[in-house]
Amino acid sequence: MSLADTQKPGLRGWLLTDTPTSRRHARAASLYQAWLSLKGNHMAMLGLGILIALVIIAALASVLAPSDPFIQDLSLRLTPPIWQADRDPAIEGYILGSDSLGRDILSRLLYGSRITLYIVTLVALMAPIMGLLVGTIAGYAGGWLDVILMRITDIFLAFPRLILALAFVATLGAGIENAVLAISLTAWPPYARIARAETLTIRNSDYIHAVRLQGAGPMRIITKHIWPLCISSLVVRVTLDMAGIILAAAGLGFLGLGAQPPSPEWGAMISEGRKFILDHWWVATMPGLAIFTVSLAFNLLGDGLRDVLDPKDGAS
Amino acid sequence: MSGIEIEGLNVWFGEYEERVDAVKNAKLSVPKGGSFGLVGESGSGKSTILRAIMGLAPTWSGKIDILGKPVETPRSRDFYRAVQMVFQDPYASLHPRHSVDQVLSETLSLHGFKDIDTRISKLLDDVGLGPSFRFRYPHQLSGGQRQRVAIARALAPEPQILLLDEPTSALDVSVQAEILNLLTDLRAEHKLTYLMVSHDLAVVGHICHDIAVMQLGEIVETLGVEDMRAMRTEHPYTKHLLESSLQSAAR
Amino acid sequence: MSKLLEVENLWVKFPTRNGVFDAVRGVSFSLGQERLGIVGESGSGKSMTGRAILRLIRPPGMIEADKMELEGVDLLGRSEREMRKVRGQQISMIMQDPKFSLNPVMRVGAQISEAYRLHAKVSKKEAKRKAIAMLEAVAIRDPERVYRMFPHEVSGGMGQRIMIAMMLIPDPKIMIADEPTSALDVSVQMQVLEIMDKLVKDRGMGLIFISHDLNLVSSFCDRVLIMYAGRVVETLPADKLHEAQHPYTRGLLNSLPRLDAPKERLDVLQRDPAWATEESVSG
Repeated sequence: MSLADTQKPGLRGWLLTDTPTSRRHARAASLYQAWLSLKGNHMAMLGLGILIALVIIAALASVLAPSDPFIQDLSLRLTPPIWQADRDPAIEGYILGSDSLGRDILSRLLYGSRITLYIVTLVALMAPIMGLLVGTIAGYAGGWLDVILMRITDIFLAFPRLILALAFVATLGAGIENAVLAISLTAWPPYARIARAETLTIRNSDYIHAVRLQGAGPMRIITKHIWPLCISSLVVRVTLDMAGIILAAAGLGFLGLGAQPPSPEWGAMISEGRKFILDHWWVATMPGLAIFTVSLAFNLLGDGLRDVLDPKDGAS
Repeated sequence: MSGIEIEGLNVWFGEYEERVDAVKNAKLSVPKGGSFGLVGESGSGKSTILRAIMGLAPTWSGKIDILGKPVETPRSRDFYRAVQMVFQDPYASLHPRHSVDQVLSETLSLHGFKDIDTRISKLLDDVGLGPSFRFRYPHQLSGGQRQRVAIARALAPEPQILLLDEPTSALDVSVQAEILNLLTDLRAEHKLTYLMVSHDLAVVGHICHDIAVMQLGEIVETLGVEDMRAMRTEHPYTKHLLESSLQSAAR
Repeated sequence: MSKLLEVENLWVKFPTRNGVFDAVRGVSFSLGQERLGIVGESGSGKSMTGRAILRLIRPPGMIEADKMELEGVDLLGRSEREMRKVRGQQISMIMQDPKFSLNPVMRVGAQISEAYRLHAKVSKKEAKRKAIAMLEAVAIRDPERVYRMFPHEVSGGMGQRIMIAMMLIPDPKIMIADEPTSALDVSVQMQVLEIMDKLVKDRGMGLIFISHDLNLVSSFCDRVLIMYAGRVVETLPADKLHEAQHPYTRGLLNSLPRLDAPKERLDVLQRDPAWATEESVSG
């Protein structure tokens, strides 16, 4: 066709070539093209920016935080944020105000980002991988194995997620690790469903038939041929679900079953602030805004990733 | 020696009331080094015969002999070294996220070859693609180039028999000519046996020496290509097919 | 012969990351009450030309033309709302695969009579009567029964005839058929073409027949435009196709295997880069 086929010089040209010269070159070029189309989506880039900022904040929390998140000062309890008119001008620090025990909310938020990131990373690793395993095996094997695996999935799906997580935490004991485990255990079934649905369409495609005709076994077909195609849709789904996962963790924290005091987990902070919400709105609102921002960032990124990674578009 | 020997082949899908017979009592025989064509309209069961040979059809009965030996179920790796297949739609038969290099090197390593690098270059040469295509992904290839990659993949284990399922029906006519020429050359060069399925009588007539005409799952007539060209046919359906295809070509 | 449609210097452009891609580049032609074939390979811009006439190019794609007139009335300047009236009522389009063009959850008859009632204010009863008459006109034997069927219950050939019935019921002036028979078997193909031919002739319509199949087009149409890389490289009366001059047309004709003239190797089309840059022929 008639696209002006101008070979651009330099690294950009090397990355945009249609005729890669080695395995690494081909991989780099396709990654770069995916990055270019993601870069074109401004909202996704905004989301990505916020998340990168979250990672940096979590890493540098001890440097960035103006004070220790656990130090209490009951004389300065419930100090309003710095811009509030009713704040005593003599008080220093406490930019976002202080909570009921006189702890600096900003410092607690910054440290809390570590917990959020911890939860998000663990859940994002555990739930989709479990779902991917169960879904692709069920979808590829079919027959009774499919029936058993998918009925188990259905049982998990039938419970309201937070209630099931509550039950898990109640048996395992309260705490952040158990909260993560509980959330993962309740979050995998949708991934299994997606992975299975994808597998069902992929397994009957000619390119899967073609590798079967080379004598490839089911393990190789599932891991090398089906997974790469499922993973992209799972990644999209995970980023879109991340908001829900953060909220579930916050919800467990809020109910006192997640992170335990004095840990600065954002959900637990809201829970504490609830008692003062009418007179001292900032105590609950600040962590609420933090959860909102991070959830939104994940959603924006997920939406952008969907456009880039959707295998149905990439296939043709 | 016979390449493919099929007798009393039945293929069906579903069971009991839902049973659909796709192929009924088919019989055909392709000598080693021969080229045999199956023609018929969509749903006549011609592709199903290929799938049954390759072990992709779930339920079948009858006799399928390859190179004088009955096939095993499931098919052994030796079988797949001897018999390979090229699919109809090159847009669907290549994994969208695997480069040409990945496709070929996986195939070669599955068949236990060691000198993979030199073999890939040789295969790409054989199908008329240069080394510059080696690291491309399917979306960077045209339909004809994809089909060449699919043919290279089928040739990788050095098979003796190649099953071709409408290899050019998804391609433009000018590209079809290139692929048909390539198939002619490869057969001469590698002494291959072809079993080709097509709805296009002209394509089958170009490639094959013997042709079986299928209708509603049954082989209604088997005839030589000269007889077909001269319209020496007994079955009215064959005549009808020939007439509509000559009609659309000659006008 | 009065001109139904006139197109001058039509361009279809798609902005991409690497610059603007021109799918159709300066195509001009006119259509009377005749059957005009547009032939080309995939990517030649033939389908884009058909869609551009109905302004069915989705943004960011752009349509530009010096002139695009339906019976002397401009099509380019019309609002989307006015175009919707043109589509179907004055120009209708038949796509390649009937499976994707019919609504799977609606009975065939309901779809046809709805198409009719969208354009003509008639009672349901009258619409049904007309729909059944139309099914009869496309040689469907038991129209009452087919009227009540769902699209998945009909064969490919019948589906395509139903599409033709649906497209013809508002009595359009022009029909654009984009590969209407490629998804069908050879024997059914002929039948569908004959029906289309008869209806177009009887109603004095203009037909634009888009296909990759040179022989089919030459047997079925009055005139043929041959497209390559977004341009019209040659225009011919259909019965003179075998006297084609342009090397591309000749190459296409020679690359077909022929039952009646066997040869060891087929001629392969040698593409000349100049074909893509030379001036478009107007037809």
